Amino acid sequence: MLENILKEYPRQEDYLIEVLLEYQKQKADRHIGEDEIRRIAEHLGVTESKVWSVITFYTFFSTRPRGENIIQICKDVPCYLNDGNTVQRTLEQLLGVQVGDTTKNQKFTLEHTSCLGHCDGAPAIRINDKTYTNLSVDKLKAIISEYRGNT
Amino acid sequence: MLEHKLLTERIDRINPLSIDDYLQAGGYEMLKKAIGMERIAIIEEIEKSKLRGRGGAAFPAHIKLMGIAKEEETVRYVVCNADEGEPGNFKDRYLMEHDPHQMIEGMVIAAYATRATKGYIYLRGEYDTAHSILSWTLDEARKHNYLGENILGSGFDFDIEIRSGAGSYVCGEEFALIESIEGKPGRTRVKPPFPTQVGLYGKPTLINNVETFSNFPHILRMGGEAFADIGTDSSSGTKLVSLSGNVANPGVYEVPFGVPIRDVIEKLGGGTADGRKIKMVQLGGASGPIIPEYMLDLTIDFDRFENFDSKTGAGAIIVMDERVDVFDVLKRIGEFFEHESCGKCTPCREGNLQLLKLVERFVERRASEKDLLNIETLSRVMHQTSLCGLGQSAPTAIFSTLQYFRDHYIDVIEHPQS
Ligand SMILES: Cc1cc2nc3c(=O)[nH]c(=O)nc-3n(C[C@H](O)[C@H](O)[C@H](O)COP(=O)(O)O)c2cc1C
Ligand code: SF4
Ligand code: FES
Repeated sequence: MLENILKEYPRQEDYLIEVLLEYQKQKADRHIGEDEIRRIAEHLGVTESKVWSVITFYTFFSTRPRGENIIQICKDVPCYLNDGNTVQRTLEQLLGVQVGDTTKNQKFTLEHTSCLGHCDGAPAIRINDKTYTNLSVDKLKAIISEYRGNT
Repeated sequence: MLEHKLLTERIDRINPLSIDDYLQAGGYEMLKKAIGMERIAIIEEIEKSKLRGRGGAAFPAHIKLMGIAKEEETVRYVVCNADEGEPGNFKDRYLMEHDPHQMIEGMVIAAYATRATKGYIYLRGEYDTAHSILSWTLDEARKHNYLGENILGSGFDFDIEIRSGAGSYVCGEEFALIESIEGKPGRTRVKPPFPTQVGLYGKPTLINNVETFSNFPHILRMGGEAFADIGTDSSSGTKLVSLSGNVANPGVYEVPFGVPIRDVIEKLGGGTADGRKIKMVQLGGASGPIIPEYMLDLTIDFDRFENFDSKTGAGAIIVMDERVDVFDVLKRIGEFFEHESCGKCTPCREGNLQLLKLVERFVERRASEKDLLNIETLSRVMHQTSLCGLGQSAPTAIFSTLQYFRDHYIDVIEHPQS
């Protein structure tokens, strides 16, 4: 899979972030491992330490395996004003894990995020590449059961 | 009429995915007009319009255009800052999702005026829908030869590529953004030189906000002088406001500069959702000031906002009702900056960490007079010595609450949790 992605991008160091984003998106456990870092560095002609520095700088990237679905809970003021901590509490209860953890079946990882730019639909969360807004407890339950069913 | 729909006029009338809709509504006519003009005349029109940047810093648009046009280097870039990471802002997303060709037309006009060779849209990684819409929009524009080689037979070549952010607020800062497009961690550079001189890949680079570029076609259509007649003397045109928080109708509203903040909240936003009293409002986003209810007659105007020494210009209004605790809000803001600091300079890296700890003492009602003194000193040092706007503006909310809600700080000190 990695080789196919690498083929699609010019061998230029400025495509590093695009390559990492695309690869992590396609990979089931949503992380970038040591061997892959070596391969990406070699392909783009940059040092491994440079790839590391980019991965550790940007919030989206992980060097640890995560769940199939990454749930990001917005924690900034407009969401907080419309919700308190209900969204976080509800998701932690539904999934049985705390923010920062992955469910035992590797289906979900719960994370925090800065503002998602959907404050007009606060409270908001993002799952993989989809944002959900105007959340209520019932809506969250429906969303989670949909992901449980589909994957 | 409180609203003045210029940039948002077509929204809901056109299908954003249809270039034909955009063309029927007069789209790309101003690019055609620009190509028939002297390049310098385009920049002069922008100068007459008195347009100032909409990304926060309110810098006069024509100065940057002129700066690049004068450079000798022939490789030049135009970059659209679509990183929109400041909490409480979503107007750029609104523009990109609902009228994406408008911004592209603005970028091509700017590129033509400055003889730029290549364009980038730096789009925050969270904007998945905008990403699909923009990819489609760029393809459509290419098919119609508004992008690509020999645009409309003018001999001018220009194309645009999208680059994604990866969840970092500081990458909205122009030099951090440049580093990020180059595939590096988003850590800023020392200025000068400015991006217009030594920018992306070391070449002259024009960086403007989504809303700024979206204004360019309208300025050419109306003429700079007519555009300058909208709004106030110091702030011409309209402003897209992102209204959120404890408000009945949150959303994006376009108003001429000079409108009182209170009118936006009450007449457009319908006041608070349940009729509760407004306690305070944060302007601009996490890096903006928090002002009390009695100051809401303040008008939306870059110069008024400058008093707060902050980049309030992006236009967020976050409404907080009487239930909201000042320190709970400051804690969220503190956590945001602590997480988003790039770590390059000490006042911001260490300062945000310490500031958060001090604010937490106020949340827990365990703070002393010394803590208050430390907050004040630390905030001042961060504001004065941080390398980029993130660290400089991180304490803005604290400064403003120290000024307008000082009694809350004193109350905690005098009545600690036992
Ligand atoms: C920490 C930080 C974050 C910023 N984020 C953004 C952003 O998301 N979008 C934006 O247009 N400008 C942002 N800016 C301002 C840019 O540095 C720059 O001034 C702006 O893109 C210039 O465009 P304009 O003149 O059209 O406003 C940010 C600045 C700082 C210091
Ligand atoms: S002020 Fe903060 S974000 Fe800006 S360079 Fe310094 S550490 Fe980085
Ligand atoms: S604060 Fe949650 S989407 Fe903006």
